Amino acid sequence: MELLLPFLIGILFSASLYLILHRHFFKLILGLILFGLATNLFLFVIGRLTRGGSAIISQSERVATEPFADPVPQALLLTAIVIGFGIQAFAIVLIKRVYQSFETTDLDDMSTTDQIEENH
Amino acid sequence: MFLAILAGFLFAFAAPLLYRWLGKWVYVPMALLPFSIFAYLLTLTPSVLGGDNLGEVQQWAPSLNINLHFYLDGLSLLFALLITGFGTLIMLYAGGYLKGHPLLGRFYLYLTLFMTAMLGLVLAGNIISLFVFWELTSISSYLLIGFGHDKESSRASALQALLVTGLGGLALMAGLILVGMAGDTYTLSELLERGDMVTNHALYLPALVLVLLGAFTKSAQFPFHFWLPNAMAAPTPVSAYLHSATMVKAGVYLLARLTPVMGGTDEWQYTLMIVGGITTVLGALLAVQHTDLKAILAYTTISALGLLVTMTGVGTAPALEAMVVFLLAHALYKGTFFLVAGNVDHATGTRDLTQLTGLSGSMRYTAIAALLAGMSMAGLLPFFGFIGKELVYEATLEESPFRWMLFAISFFSGMVFVAVAIALGFGLFWQRSAKPTPLLHPDKALLYLPPVILSITGLVFGLLPGFLVTPLLRRSAEAMLGVEQVFELALWHGFNLVLGLSLLTIALGYVVYRFSNRLQAYATRFNGLYRYGPANLYQLSLKGFLAGVTKITASIQNGYLRSYIAAIVLTHITLIMLSLWKDGPRLELANRLPELAQLRMYEVVLLLMIVPALIFLFKSRSRLTSIAIMGIIGYSIALFYILFGAPDVAATQLLIETLTVVIFVLILHKLPAFRYLSHASERYKYILLSLAFGAMMTYVILIVKQYPLDSELKAYYGENSYLLGQGRNIVNVILVDFRALDTLGEIVVLAVAAIGILAMLKLRMQKGEKP
Repeated sequence: MELLLPFLIGILFSASLYLILHRHFFKLILGLILFGLATNLFLFVIGRLTRGGSAIISQSERVATEPFADPVPQALLLTAIVIGFGIQAFAIVLIKRVYQSFETTDLDDMSTTDQIEENH
Repeated sequence: MFLAILAGFLFAFAAPLLYRWLGKWVYVPMALLPFSIFAYLLTLTPSVLGGDNLGEVQQWAPSLNINLHFYLDGLSLLFALLITGFGTLIMLYAGGYLKGHPLLGRFYLYLTLFMTAMLGLVLAGNIISLFVFWELTSISSYLLIGFGHDKESSRASALQALLVTGLGGLALMAGLILVGMAGDTYTLSELLERGDMVTNHALYLPALVLVLLGAFTKSAQFPFHFWLPNAMAAPTPVSAYLHSATMVKAGVYLLARLTPVMGGTDEWQYTLMIVGGITTVLGALLAVQHTDLKAILAYTTISALGLLVTMTGVGTAPALEAMVVFLLAHALYKGTFFLVAGNVDHATGTRDLTQLTGLSGSMRYTAIAALLAGMSMAGLLPFFGFIGKELVYEATLEESPFRWMLFAISFFSGMVFVAVAIALGFGLFWQRSAKPTPLLHPDKALLYLPPVILSITGLVFGLLPGFLVTPLLRRSAEAMLGVEQVFELALWHGFNLVLGLSLLTIALGYVVYRFSNRLQAYATRFNGLYRYGPANLYQLSLKGFLAGVTKITASIQNGYLRSYIAAIVLTHITLIMLSLWKDGPRLELANRLPELAQLRMYEVVLLLMIVPALIFLFKSRSRLTSIAIMGIIGYSIALFYILFGAPDVAATQLLIETLTVVIFVLILHKLPAFRYLSHASERYKYILLSLAFGAMMTYVILIVKQYPLDSELKAYYGENSYLLGQGRNIVNVILVDFRALDTLGEIVVLAVAAIGILAMLKLRMQKGEKP
């Protein structure tokens, strides 16, 4: 699995980046969510995989014994997932509002505020 | 010395407050500051004259060998006395000149800031701290030139001065760092003894070019001279102080200071002589073409600065002696003239030479000051200017291959100085006129006293040179030459060649003055040449630069999110691949293939769920379907977490995934259907980029996984989470105990996002209002 998961992550990253590069808002959000999933999985795999052992100390012991999963990437992931959710929710609502105000779902329609005028 | 600088900065920033408290009397404390520093420096004078070089070190960044190091020898003492002495008079004068100006407090802030910076510059004993003060003078000069900020021309002039001197400052910084590398120290006193080491170093030439750029821009040498006349937009006290007596001489000071370090080589000598010579002649030529008092003074100042640079370039003992003497003489009479010009402007409302005449009756004391300064500038006998001019002539006539060239240059500028001196010192005031220019208001004591004092100083120095100034000037020359100097200054040298040449200068100068009208008419024919001048080049390059930058910015910052992201990703890929390609580890997949045998059935099933789901996601044209597919992918990944020992992560992932789907459905169900918005060619480009990114990420993970993970954290938490945290679920213990503060931060982030969402939902646009 250690050999296959990197390829899965690569595929997820490719797909999410392609979605992000779309002009449509909705696809952008799908891309963002997928990108988050890919990143989380990336962190998880980088932190080594442990089959059949979780990061929990059994009732009979006082210290964890091998094999147990590395708890550090897991703790990082938990944080990342929750914060990623905050961002997703914010982005979804933002897009909703933008659509209500501008009646467009095309990102290219919103490029003017960031462009500088050349005739200064 | 450190205290003096510190007091300067404190006073500078207290100035606006003092103005509020003291009103028009604010000039009293502001003038007391330079005066007390002046007095303090005078108490140090005997020991400096005795041959001591005083040093004082405040640690600043010792690890970088950069310290607030102060160093006082003859040369810095001469400049420091000039800055504080002249500064006292200017502070008084400014109180009268800008009386009642609502921003007088701010003006004093800038002026005192400048004075302190300038003082720091000449007292600096570390070339990096010298550079810092150097830049501070540029900045305060910018603020002072732009003091009349409601006028566009003022702002443009200020910016021009800042850009020119600022660019020079950057060059200087690089140059000084190179000098520091060549001499292996930033400390001035050590550098002064390592001249040979620096001049023989491979970095000498680049360092020289950069340092000279800095000095030339600051001292308005050709081709950077154009900023100085424009800087006359500043109030007159500023012109007198910064742009005649002190700041523009910072470049000369730097050259003089570095003479023992970098001087003596052919490159040094020729560059200084050529640039200084051109500047001398050009300044003199341009001076006779103008009728604005301050413009004339500005161009003669440029000419004088050119002469100082030329003399520094010649570098012989007589030349350097002449340099310091002429520098002092010039500061005295030119400062007087600027103040006189300010008085005339203040009293009559004009600075045009052709409209001003017969002012001696109404402005008696100013007229006297102008007359005295004029005689000094023209080099008449009992004045200090005479001694300066004599020495310059003597130095140029020393045996050297360039003697006639040098002499012609100094003679030419001397001639123009005489003409200008007559026009300003005599013509403006004392020439009889049927209709003297009327005054708007009478001359005030605060305005005429400083120029009178300055001009009388010029006379006294001329009468008693041996007693008053010779010892200090000797030590200054010694600082440049490294050997003790024993020259004597005297008014009378007897009838000799130099005296004859002086007389000839005066006679020819008078001729120039008489025919100046005709000369001016003649000079206008050359106006076409200005199109090719450096001032125009500056304008063009500024315009071109702005246009170019706008173009580049417009193409980089084009408003399209896609291209931003594409640029970021592309840079990311390039950088990572570059570093991995060059000497990164090689990927060895072959001996890891057996790992595939350990694959479990359910793992493969999950893989087989995700990949087709992705394909389906791209095919789908319905929003609800895509949301459902996202759910499939999310849940499958959660299952992976369960398989590899992360039940907590999996639980969170499942929860969040569910929530996301719910929000999606609730909020986004009313958007219009999908459309293909981008062109096919664009899509292929993005597909390629995405594939490259995915491939790179895969490659990176595979490379990383070739090496064992050596984490002490895992062992630490495994051992201690029950013993210290009393919890069996290690991940939980980390989140709520070991790293509880991080979790708190996470909660705050969520709260902020929630507030943002709430605000957006509550936001109600008025009808027709565009957000």
